[in-house]
Amino acid sequence: MIISVASGKGGTGKTTISVNIALALGEGVELLDCDVEEPNAHLFLKPKIERNEKVEVPIPLVDLNKCTFCKKCSDICRFNALAIVGEKVLVFQELCHSCGGCMAVCPEGAITETGRELGFLNFGARDGIGFINGRLRVGEAMSPPLIKQVRAASNSELITIIDAPPGTSCPVIAAMNGADFILMVTEPTPFGLHDLKLAVEAVRLLGIPCGLVVNRADIGDHKVFDYAESENLPVLLTIPFDRRIAEAYSRGKNIVEEFPEWRERFMELFRKIEAIVNERGGVAHA
Amino acid sequence: MKVAITAKGTSLDSEIDPRFGRAPYILIVDTDTLEFEALDNSSNVNAFKGAGIQAATMVSDKGAEVLMTGYCGPNAFVTLEAAGVKVVDDITGKVRDAIKTIKEGKATYATAANKEADW
Repeated sequence: MIISVASGKGGTGKTTISVNIALALGEGVELLDCDVEEPNAHLFLKPKIERNEKVEVPIPLVDLNKCTFCKKCSDICRFNALAIVGEKVLVFQELCHSCGGCMAVCPEGAITETGRELGFLNFGARDGIGFINGRLRVGEAMSPPLIKQVRAASNSELITIIDAPPGTSCPVIAAMNGADFILMVTEPTPFGLHDLKLAVEAVRLLGIPCGLVVNRADIGDHKVFDYAESENLPVLLTIPFDRRIAEAYSRGKNIVEEFPEWRERFMELFRKIEAIVNERGGVAHA
Repeated sequence: MKVAITAKGTSLDSEIDPRFGRAPYILIVDTDTLEFEALDNSSNVNAFKGAGIQAATMVSDKGAEVLMTGYCGPNAFVTLEAAGVKVVDDITGKVRDAIKTIKEGKATYATAANKEADW
């Protein structure tokens, strides 16, 4: 089963929730940190990193001895990653989305693929909890292909918890697509609600069941709860704005380890998710 | 000499558009005869990415030797450089004013982009 933890708004507690579910369930769980622009789940799970792997994406390499400057490659490229001026071919690597279209349309067979480094994957574990994160190369803007690589490296036999990036754009979709359940972490503030609505709209398009965790649930107003009710979104867990939790967090400690009564609450959260997924006909993944 | 000038409209009295890749029109003007062609750049205005590259290719294909605009980003600059099109940036006013500037030999050619790439 794949549970993707998302939020819309940043800073609502995605990483906190992801890490605590993983720790509450223990062995047989795998945590994927897909916030590749700013991965931080390792700071809380504290896994032992065992190895890493470089991730590259294919980009075109043009053989000027074969090229006739016909422009078919630049015409098909939606992102203008290729430009032909006179008898020169320019490749703008950072604009290339690696679709292979240019290679497919080249009548001369002048285009082959070479690699461009996107970042790397780290593999590790802690107490039987598997861990993978992706780390985007500084200066790189193309995170979805790296997020897909983090997910491709996952072990489908395990319960997979994905810590998704914030927002509602392509990187988040890459971290939610194909999940069995989306757990939205929000806070009862106007900002939290505004971005939650956008994120829920994106999840609805993907057709994946969704539920809420309301963090710092006793601040702000009641509008997140009213929205949840009107949208038929179950509130599966509420976490109070508790100074002890904030202090533990600031020291890199986890809720279920510092406050044992929360372990059962996180397990209960998982059981509720499992029940919703089973009701919908079970998991798409082992 | 053929000069490409980014414009908000289709006449020599149109205001210069400071953007290169996403200007609504690019006028290709013959500075000797003042004959010109107004290229509709609207397909580029809403381009995902690489509007400057596309506009640079178009300008080069039309045989312009110089581009006059407000801002030129790094990818557009590289493309124009490869095509042998010189860039005069930081241009304001009307298309007619820009033509006057270059005819009087008062234009300064840019040696680098004067704007960051858009994401």
